[in-house]
Amino acid sequence: MTTRTRRLALTVNGEAVSREVPVRQNLVDFLRHDLGFTGSHVGCEQGACGACTVVLDDETVRGCLVLAVQADGCDVRTIEGSGDLLGDLRQSFHELNALQCGFCTPGMMLSAEELLQANPTPSRQEIRDYLSGNFCRCTGYQAIVDAVAAVAAKRQGGAAS
Amino acid sequence: MSIGASVPRDRARRLLLGRGNYVDDIALPRMLHLALVRSPYAHANVGTIDIADALALPGVVAIFTAEDLEDAVSSWRAEHKLFPAMAAPKQFALARDVVRWQGEAVAAVLGNSRAEAEDGAELVSVAWNELPAVTDANQALAPDAPILHDDMDNNLAFQTQVTAGDVETAFNEADHVEQETFRFHRHSGVSLEPRGIIAEFEPSESRLTVHQSHQTPHQQQDLYARLLALPEHKVRVICPDVGGAFGLKHHLMADELVACAAARLLERPVKYIADRLESFLADVHCRDHEITARMAFSATGEILGIQLDDLFNAGAYGQYPRSSIAEGNQISRLTGAPYRHQHYRADVRMAFLNKSILGHIRSVGHPIACAVAERLVDLGAETLGLDPIEVRRKNYLNGDDFPRTSAGGVEFEQLSFNGCLDKALEIVDMTEFRREQAELRAQGIYRGIGVATFVELTAIGPEYYGEGGQHISAQETCLLRLEASGTVRCYTGTTDQGQGIDTGIQQVVADELGVALADIEIISGDSALCPMGGGSWGSRGAALGGEAALRAAATLKQNILNIAASQLQKDPGDLNIDQGVVIDGASGAAHMAVPEIARIGHFQPYSIPDGVSADLTVTERYASRGRMFLAGNGLQTAIVEVDVDSGLVTPLRHVVVHDCGRILNPLLVQEQVRGGVIQGIGAALYEELCYDEDGHLLTGSFADYLVPMAGEMPDIEVAHIETPAKTSELGAKGAGEAGTAGAVGAILNAVNDAIMPFNTSIAETPITPPRLLQALRRI
Amino acid sequence: MKAPNFEYRRPESLTEALELLAQHGDDATIIAGGQSLLALLNFRMAAPELLVDIGRLEELKQITGGADHVEIGGLVRHCDLAASPLIAQTLPLLPQAIGHIAHPAVRHRGTIGGSLAMADPAAELAACCLALDATFSLVSARGQRWVGVGDFFQGVYETALESDEVLTAIRLPKPAPDSVGIFKEVARRQGDFAMAGLAFVTAADSGPRIALLGVADRPMLARRTMAFLKDSPLNEARAKEAVDLIGTEVDPPEDPTYPPAYRRHLVQVLLQRVLMELIQ
Repeated sequence: MTTRTRRLALTVNGEAVSREVPVRQNLVDFLRHDLGFTGSHVGCEQGACGACTVVLDDETVRGCLVLAVQADGCDVRTIEGSGDLLGDLRQSFHELNALQCGFCTPGMMLSAEELLQANPTPSRQEIRDYLSGNFCRCTGYQAIVDAVAAVAAKRQGGAAS
Repeated sequence: MSIGASVPRDRARRLLLGRGNYVDDIALPRMLHLALVRSPYAHANVGTIDIADALALPGVVAIFTAEDLEDAVSSWRAEHKLFPAMAAPKQFALARDVVRWQGEAVAAVLGNSRAEAEDGAELVSVAWNELPAVTDANQALAPDAPILHDDMDNNLAFQTQVTAGDVETAFNEADHVEQETFRFHRHSGVSLEPRGIIAEFEPSESRLTVHQSHQTPHQQQDLYARLLALPEHKVRVICPDVGGAFGLKHHLMADELVACAAARLLERPVKYIADRLESFLADVHCRDHEITARMAFSATGEILGIQLDDLFNAGAYGQYPRSSIAEGNQISRLTGAPYRHQHYRADVRMAFLNKSILGHIRSVGHPIACAVAERLVDLGAETLGLDPIEVRRKNYLNGDDFPRTSAGGVEFEQLSFNGCLDKALEIVDMTEFRREQAELRAQGIYRGIGVATFVELTAIGPEYYGEGGQHISAQETCLLRLEASGTVRCYTGTTDQGQGIDTGIQQVVADELGVALADIEIISGDSALCPMGGGSWGSRGAALGGEAALRAAATLKQNILNIAASQLQKDPGDLNIDQGVVIDGASGAAHMAVPEIARIGHFQPYSIPDGVSADLTVTERYASRGRMFLAGNGLQTAIVEVDVDSGLVTPLRHVVVHDCGRILNPLLVQEQVRGGVIQGIGAALYEELCYDEDGHLLTGSFADYLVPMAGEMPDIEVAHIETPAKTSELGAKGAGEAGTAGAVGAILNAVNDAIMPFNTSIAETPITPPRLLQALRRI
Repeated sequence: MKAPNFEYRRPESLTEALELLAQHGDDATIIAGGQSLLALLNFRMAAPELLVDIGRLEELKQITGGADHVEIGGLVRHCDLAASPLIAQTLPLLPQAIGHIAHPAVRHRGTIGGSLAMADPAAELAACCLALDATFSLVSARGQRWVGVGDFFQGVYETALESDEVLTAIRLPKPAPDSVGIFKEVARRQGDFAMAGLAFVTAADSGPRIALLGVADRPMLARRTMAFLKDSPLNEARAKEAVDLIGTEVDPPEDPTYPPAYRRHLVQVLLQRVLMELIQ
């Protein structure tokens, strides 16, 4: 069987995109190779590691477990389109060295931001639990938890004043 | 002062924005994608390979088998001249005639996309003839075992013995002998970014350019040039951002070499990215050992001797170019290293089996050497009714014992076992823990505490591979170039996969040169641009790369001062540089800005008198002399809770007291230790590559091969003691192995402490729930 | 690994979907959330000719409450089920179980219908449906039929679904107001497949329903233990007997890492924990 393709139209990082794609191509491969948004990464292709985490219609999803054609008509945001949103997380991650090789980091930050939107005052264990679908091999997680907790505290501090 | 400060990393900014540049992010014009046809069998003869159906697919461009690569790629043998008796069977980029591990590749399919190449690989038809497989060393070394390699009489790859004193007498005369049989199961490094390579060949120049997720670009340049018979000065290996390595990425891997060969034959760029299944199957594996060990004690707890037998389950071939010997070698030399015993014997037998190659993963051999000795100390203390902490203290090498050659033959300059223990006891209140432990036990809650003393060998000196005959640089070079603007480009032979050595070197240069951190750019990972070096492995970056950078910065500084002095009519010895300004050494008064010196040096050399050393591009080198390793040490304390109903082990708290000499950047070192600890906890509780009896991998995905995730892991406190290395000016030792070296031992001892009321023990990792419940006799 | 080739159609109505399934039979595979199916495709462990994407059929995404039952559309996502006030109020067993399913990003796509149709023996929702005595609406171009949960799960990855049928809804009887639902499982890490799990639903008149996951080729009821616990007050002595009894009811499959004895033991541990919770 030759490769079947289908027209796909969606918004990615605020821009309208229209492409003919192989129906078997998954979303993260489409974002990386067709659109050049290489900030989302591929670590396992079975939804277990979280490196491919992107935001689809305002919810995190595994880019390897969504077909590109399933995102037709949807709004997709990757790390590249999350610049302003993640400013304080980026700073906190940087200061606390909550990343080493950086491969898990985009997925980790998108997951962390989603947690903080749903639960602005998470406990350390709640942070750990929410991020337990994002595999990091380098940091051992503590610096990441520290960074997210620091941001949560700062945001609350800001809100209070 | 920058050295010693927790400076955040420059590179991290880019990575945080999702602007990393990993090898799979790179696309080159007319690039092809490689998928491999891999053996489904652990041992099989390879008959005809029918590629017709696969080639007929529109997306498939070419298919190669071993025959096609015969003239393009040499075979190799993983020899090590320090171990001439070690068997080094021939290996090929694509297997011919026989495959010896499940996953060994026999054909290469090149397609317009990875998906299309895989479509092709599915249609390649191979006439396999399955052969009996040996899947563990006991089996492999049995007299009637099928022999893996035609040029060997058996499957014994290597055996060695390390002895000191008189173990027989010591054990016969000892008041008590403790014995245990340990099983450390096979696992791997599991970087999140899998291995990957893009090879590009320019035929008119015989030029090979490789982009590779790798730790050692210079080594790869040398290997590709030799194995592909290309002029080395036309081979360039560039390591972009690397998504974790941990030892997985400092070898020559057959599949990556196939990509280079394919690029050359097709004269088109070829990309190969190992997928996760291939990573589990074909990446270098580690830690597969069965060890029977004994420790002889006096009645008052002196350790008189240690004796161990290590049955080392290697793989089908040797890791290349370093050979697979190191784990066994380290175990034989490091077990019991912290202690003062005189009598020692370690026998290692390394067996080839029908599994993937076993080799170097972070903290090679150390976790096992540590766990074996530390477990025996705890067992001995228990039997003798002594406090395991006091038994350690009684036997630690300390102050006056140094310098010392250990019973295992390792030279120690100065280690700080007692210092680390004292500090650990300040951090963790043992008395309070014991009180709480007793209280909780009465409620049916079982917590345990375990300590593990470790020695960490880092920064391997040139003798090991130099005399071993391998083209592996164990020295470092640093090139500094002062730009006209007074900023500095620093080219280093070390590489950074996230551990932050780029930043450490930046700090060294900033301090020595007197220039702001922001004015220094580190360039690393390019075998053509960067001076000869060893890359990153065995925690060598700070100790070797840092020292080379220190020397280069000192030389450049001297030349800047020479030029300044010649302009100011002063003695260079009276001048210094601070924050980019040449100042008076005594008064601190500013004289000339470094950019001004740079312009004179680059554009107005006529104003510098003859004979003044005024080079503004300098290169310096550092190679350690006469020492094989730099030793650091530490102590880890693990507190765990064991659920004796479900068999789950929850680490509650983990403390590392660590002596890695002079610390360049405490934040980065702390994070290296933490990351290493979690990898060690992974090995202790979760990670295992399971095979069936026919050598088929059962754990080929993240659903089955379990890695530590955030939900189950503890916070880790790291404290430091600094005993600087005496053999270098910087005094830095390596720090990357420490976390992994001691964590397995600490967890093993903690779990055993927790289950002590049940009069049982466990000596097998990972400590899975069924193994634990079996030890508890509950199933 | 990259998925093999397949045809893809996205019907805009259930009728259209059913027509496609009728037309293509065994060659067609339904994709809803895709969280299980796409992983299989990425491993090339499945090679469907045609994927019929029913993911946009809004009519299958409703949660409705009747007088004595709750009906959950087959395409209701795990995250929506977990967040539903109606479910929290009437069937609190379900949110307990959903917290164990994978991770948030997966729960944003995975559906209850998809999970039940996949029929993994360790699936949380399958065991819950068994404990809650669900009936499933299976719809094809030939019409609709209701299949009881006991008949639905037929083996590992095997259900009563014909190749042309869609699981459109799950109907769950509303438990009595005093009914208690407790879900527990033992997994190595947050979100992992459980090594064993137990869904316990009390019912004053008919006795408890105890559904087990991970210990057979499908979710199973511990019938003898259920009968034993019915009609008698629960105390520590009865609980101990029940725990012994449930151990004799399970015959877990062989597994290289988790031997049958281990899973059997876990079932006992889980029941022990549930019963102690009920006693207190």
